[in-house]
Amino acid sequence: MATVTVQRPKLSLAEKLFLPGVLKGLAITLGHALRMLRGQKKVTMQYPEERWDANLPEHYRGAPALVTDEHGRERCVSCQLCEFICPPRAITIVPEEIPGDDQWAKVEKQPKAFEIDMIRCIYCGMCEEVCPEQAIFLRKDYAITGTLP
Amino acid sequence: MPAPETATAEAAEEEKPAVEMVDVQIDGAWHQVPKGTRMIEAVRMARGDGSTVPHYCYHPKLTSPGNCRMCLVQMGMPPRPAPGAQAAAPDADGHLPISWMPRPVIACANTVAPNMGIRTDGELVEEVRQGVMEFLLINHPLDCPICDQAGECSLQEFSVEYGKGSSRFREAKVKKPKNVDVGPRIRLDDERCIMCSRCIRFSREIADEDVLGFVDRGSRTVLATYPGKELAHNYSLNTVDLCPVGALTSNDFRFRQRVWFLKETESVCTGCGRGCNIQVEAREGEVLRLTPRENNDVNSSWMCDHGRMTYHELHVADRLTDHMIKEGGRHQVARRGEAVRYAAALLKVFKPGEVAIVASGRMTNEELYLTRKLAAVLEAKLVDIIPREAEADDYLFAADQNPNTQGARLLLCGRSKPGNKLAKIRKGIAAGEIKAVLSLGEELTDERVGLAAEDLAGLSFLLHLGTVMGVTAEAAQVLFAGSFPMEKRGSMINVTGRLQRLGGGGIAPGACADDWEVLRDLIAELGGGNGIYLLEELFSEMAREVSKLKGLSLGKIGSQGMHLIDSKECVPLLRKEAERRASGLIP
Repeated sequence: MATVTVQRPKLSLAEKLFLPGVLKGLAITLGHALRMLRGQKKVTMQYPEERWDANLPEHYRGAPALVTDEHGRERCVSCQLCEFICPPRAITIVPEEIPGDDQWAKVEKQPKAFEIDMIRCIYCGMCEEVCPEQAIFLRKDYAITGTLP
Repeated sequence: MPAPETATAEAAEEEKPAVEMVDVQIDGAWHQVPKGTRMIEAVRMARGDGSTVPHYCYHPKLTSPGNCRMCLVQMGMPPRPAPGAQAAAPDADGHLPISWMPRPVIACANTVAPNMGIRTDGELVEEVRQGVMEFLLINHPLDCPICDQAGECSLQEFSVEYGKGSSRFREAKVKKPKNVDVGPRIRLDDERCIMCSRCIRFSREIADEDVLGFVDRGSRTVLATYPGKELAHNYSLNTVDLCPVGALTSNDFRFRQRVWFLKETESVCTGCGRGCNIQVEAREGEVLRLTPRENNDVNSSWMCDHGRMTYHELHVADRLTDHMIKEGGRHQVARRGEAVRYAAALLKVFKPGEVAIVASGRMTNEELYLTRKLAAVLEAKLVDIIPREAEADDYLFAADQNPNTQGARLLLCGRSKPGNKLAKIRKGIAAGEIKAVLSLGEELTDERVGLAAEDLAGLSFLLHLGTVMGVTAEAAQVLFAGSFPMEKRGSMINVTGRLQRLGGGGIAPGACADDWEVLRDLIAELGGGNGIYLLEELFSEMAREVSKLKGLSLGKIGSQGMHLIDSKECVPLLRKEAERRASGLIP
């Protein structure tokens, strides 16, 4: 194994004393403190009163949700591909037949129950990718834990 | 006299003309196949892994109309020499050179010939398959997300292998009837149909009810039922299995679950005594459908609709899910050990002859064997099962409605005919001579036993091992929650005397026990202790004690079962199949 010998850098007297470095640091800290006192700079975002929502990137993956089409019909036909692909097995679908007198009877199949266990969901977006009907999308919601009323 | 019998059997075998074998070159290698074999079957033999040329309309148990054109292969024969020319000399193995035909032939309806060559792949074959797939997909709807066949659809599989990624067809697809009721159990989607005619041929040739047919012509051809008739025979759901696409779907399984979630367990149908080989298909222990499994000694490739629906017995409303002890006139939930100790303590009081056992022809061999041991420990003389009879049909449905009557004859009833002792039990209870009854898997108020609720109330002790709440369960002092046949492993003997295995598949709810474990615990508690922990051990013990089962184990039975007892029963469906084969209708 090859060894590389590194020479210690030669330090000047000022560097050996450390004092100029300490003073430089103090000056930076003081500068920040003064600018904050003058109201020129914000350091902490006051979440949840303040949020960064406007700056979320286009591809942000939050909570998954089922969507409706332009006629207001829920697009999902319960093909169960998302249930199959879901890595943490968060999705459970109970399919059912659309009754013959329904206006969407020709679609034949719909979910009777579509459950996503949000404790299991890992926000991977596989369900959105696999859906042949474009019925499930990951929204930009990230704060989905319940709060007390 | 066994010796002369074997001698005649050997003589018959010698007399049988030997099948002539022909040399056929399949994908470059020479194979010997019987003369008259269809090319598609010759390829299956040559490959040896069960696979063959892609096909839709061909089915080994049906005639071959050759109408899907998917099984096109390239065929070649030795060239015929021109007049005056020398014929080509055979090579060292005696094979002549093959001259390949420029156009493909269908493998399903052509038979092999000596020195024939078959190519199942190559440029020409791949190209024709792609062409056939493109034509089949022209009018096929994009229904896969809602189609029940998705996942087990030949059209899906072959379009992955031979289909184009996109369609070149720019015209409007032909509209056909969708969601049509063609029978009480079957739904038809004409747009998905690829006109393979398997369902038509099944109804005509096997079920003898020619109700289906094609009407209209060209791309407007649709499958339809004969006016005024419907696809309602007891074998109609086989057409759903046969359908290579999702045109025929079962109302019962419609939209219940996608097939790729189902776990398949090899088992045996318990709907009648025939013991058709089936697959129990379940998701997370919930049985969702039963499908036939090929066994050419029992059910060929089919099963009846009645048998397919037997899994609905698992969905009874008042299923027993806990073992119970009656204290102060009320049932209290108890653990299995507690209930066994409680029952054993009460049973020890009775003198020999005061206990009767009503077992069931729906129990497995292992349970029946333990029942006999339990009867011996209790010195109970009156032990019997309830016989069930119905009218047999001319196909698979057997007259004997108990799946394991032969097992009960062998292991429990001895020389007495099943059901003969029921009258004695009834009289004994009426006279007060029988004070305790063990009801194993049967309802005692059944008319074939003929007991009333008052009779049961008059007993000093009643134990019930069952699956459903009923009059007997209500009256029982000790109640064990058992399992349905679809939830347990074991073995049974069908009406033709074939020993077959049950594989389970479903998972029993709550505290339900395997019936044999309850019986084993009872025997152990009553003093006939044994150390059996596995069903395999139990079968081995049974094989040691019962001469007919000598040398057998649960593993040795195999997935196809084995012939054990000679009974006079034969399978009408197999007889008809042999007739069709003899007349050359099927290969």
